[in-house]
Amino acid sequence: MLKIAVNEINRLFDAIAAVENLYLPVEKGGEVEFGAYSADAKVRLDALQTVKSAKDMFFPFSENLMKFHVEGKQISVEAAEKVNEEFVVFGVRACDARSFSILDKVFLADPVDTYYAARREHGVVVSMACSRPEETCFCSAFGIDATKPEGDVVTWVADGVLYWEAQTEKGAALTEKVAEVLAESDSAAVEAQQAAVKAIMEKLPLAGLDLSYFTSRPELEIFKRPEWTELSSHCLGCGTCTFVCPTCQCYDVRDFDNGHGIERYRCWDSCMYRDFTMMAHGTNRKTQVERFRQRFMHKLVYNPKNRDGEFGCVGCGRCLKKCPVNMNIVKVAKTLSAGGEQA
Amino acid sequence: MREIKELLVQKINELLDNGTVDRVAGWKAGEFCYDAAPAVFTKENIDELLYNGFCGANQSKFLVNAATTENRILALLKPCDTYSYNQLVKEHRVDPSRVYALGIPCTGMVDVNKIKALGITGITGIEEDGENLKIATIYGDASCKKCDVLLERCMVCKGKNHVAGDEMLIPDEEAPETPSCADRMAEVARLEAMTEEERFNFWREQLSKCIRCNACRNACPACTCRTCVFDNAKSGLAAKVNNTDFEENMFHIIRAFHVAGRCTDCGECSRVCPQNIPLHLLNRKFIKDINEFYGEFQAGADTTTKGPLTSFTKEDCEPSIVMERGE
Ligand code: SF4
Ligand code: SF4
Ligand code: SF4
Ligand code: SF4
Repeated sequence: MLKIAVNEINRLFDAIAAVENLYLPVEKGGEVEFGAYSADAKVRLDALQTVKSAKDMFFPFSENLMKFHVEGKQISVEAAEKVNEEFVVFGVRACDARSFSILDKVFLADPVDTYYAARREHGVVVSMACSRPEETCFCSAFGIDATKPEGDVVTWVADGVLYWEAQTEKGAALTEKVAEVLAESDSAAVEAQQAAVKAIMEKLPLAGLDLSYFTSRPELEIFKRPEWTELSSHCLGCGTCTFVCPTCQCYDVRDFDNGHGIERYRCWDSCMYRDFTMMAHGTNRKTQVERFRQRFMHKLVYNPKNRDGEFGCVGCGRCLKKCPVNMNIVKVAKTLSAGGEQA
Repeated sequence: MREIKELLVQKINELLDNGTVDRVAGWKAGEFCYDAAPAVFTKENIDELLYNGFCGANQSKFLVNAATTENRILALLKPCDTYSYNQLVKEHRVDPSRVYALGIPCTGMVDVNKIKALGITGITGIEEDGENLKIATIYGDASCKKCDVLLERCMVCKGKNHVAGDEMLIPDEEAPETPSCADRMAEVARLEAMTEEERFNFWREQLSKCIRCNACRNACPACTCRTCVFDNAKSGLAAKVNNTDFEENMFHIIRAFHVAGRCTDCGECSRVCPQNIPLHLLNRKFIKDINEFYGEFQAGADTTTKGPLTSFTKEDCEPSIVMERGE
């Protein structure tokens, strides 16, 4: 294990930034998001979570796919360049770190999404263990260890020291590049923190969330539960839950007319929207109940069914914090589990 | 609040039993002590109704779609909610004959995000203790001033009087006082005092956080267009993302213009914004200007007065005054 004092952490960031593009949690207008490192960036490693999740670094909110230029009768097409330089995403929490493997199964499956694949290939994930989980966290329900996140490198911050350990070849390669600012260390402080945080994790109000109902009952039975109507009664169809969610993966492709041509881009979409998967004949989900149900069926039923029992949720709790009407996956899961026949 | 809750449950049961209404738009307890989710109740589950210091969500807009049945729905309206309700009635978006509006008292609603922003996390319990809140967390006890963590609209509460309602749970004169923690226009004045460049930078920093989730628009009681121009594929403006800085600004500026003179300053936009963008400041700037140009006006104060921007009187200020004033 390696280490560096937190009050010297800029030496580490400078060392990384000297060899790779570095992104990490930075504060802007009072909120924290992943952003580029610079000397005057307000780095906020103390923030438990960013508003948008770290998926933004690999499957961005919006990205250009191609441009069409029109000049007289000439139309030229220019494909957007794929990411081809290494970059580091520093400070990814365990929940977000797990979300990458859920997204991989969608975007790296045939047909491979080459934009996403390029970012995954060139991106190095430096994760950071949690020392102060919140009451909304329930990553443990998905077998995620918040005290030792996945990632190419894992870090811990304990008693003013940042500890660093490579977990993959990519991580080892990055470690070599920045080795001069890191010192050897034993792991006593890390182990002590891990034990303390594990004890807290057990005490969290949502720690024992049981999702077995969703993998043990027939899909159609869950789909037809009358409770969907009540659960969705106040849903605004705003899409906040999908935009802050690290595992939501739907996107739209649109054209933007910039006055001299067209920029074709893709951006996050939301199954909570009326025009989601709109087709010539209209939409398949005409009511908010149906849209709402789709989001949670996807996460709790279709995902585990099609992906070896893996749920489409990592328990980050963002939707619990951000839904304007306080509706979220935990309430859906508890309501349906409580009223449902058990296997 | 406990006595009020008891009175409320009694009153609701009475209205359900005598057939005045068949359901209630209220709030329901959730996972956490501060979790009060808007929900609909019937006789069967009315004992799950909650009314405490976290019931900030404004129920008025919900009525646009909910108050369409033959049987009336009971709407529990805090004093501020009655302004939104009036405005919706005035714009014929809610049919008051399908609603039974019960005015309920309020002593200020807490914004738990403000508590969390103070670094108080892992919250397991919150108790009122005079002017303070005592907060229990998994990391130990903490406390803060209630005035520091109220919803933006409650900091500058319009007062304890209801401006609409078929009935009041308790007469307004007997209701407890509502909080008053800040000057409503202080922040607007601070922005006005900035140089143009400072002000532009302030808004760019804030608006560039926007993820176009539409929560502000969808929660807004003044935004009730059936198809918003920003969703209408034929408008040429429909988008799910802000493509440029210009679009980022435009979405909010258009929205602020469209609700100008109709916005009651209920603050739902700021309450629901996941990025904590102080959207209410755009609306308050409009309100301040309207008050200065056309005389004091409060949208939603009644259901009949013509709005300052939708009527013409000889006293209206000359457009040139507006032109000159704008730098
Ligand atoms: S569940 Fe909540 S966050 Fe999601 S679309 Fe509905 S209102 Fe918005
Ligand atoms: S569904 Fe909610 S808790 Fe689960 S990963 Fe998405 S935002 Fe996080
Ligand atoms: S959900 Fe788990 S991993 Fe994510 S921030 Fe909370 S404790 Fe950390
Ligand atoms: S709620 Fe906030 S983030 Fe969402 S569209 Fe409105 S301003 Fe943007």
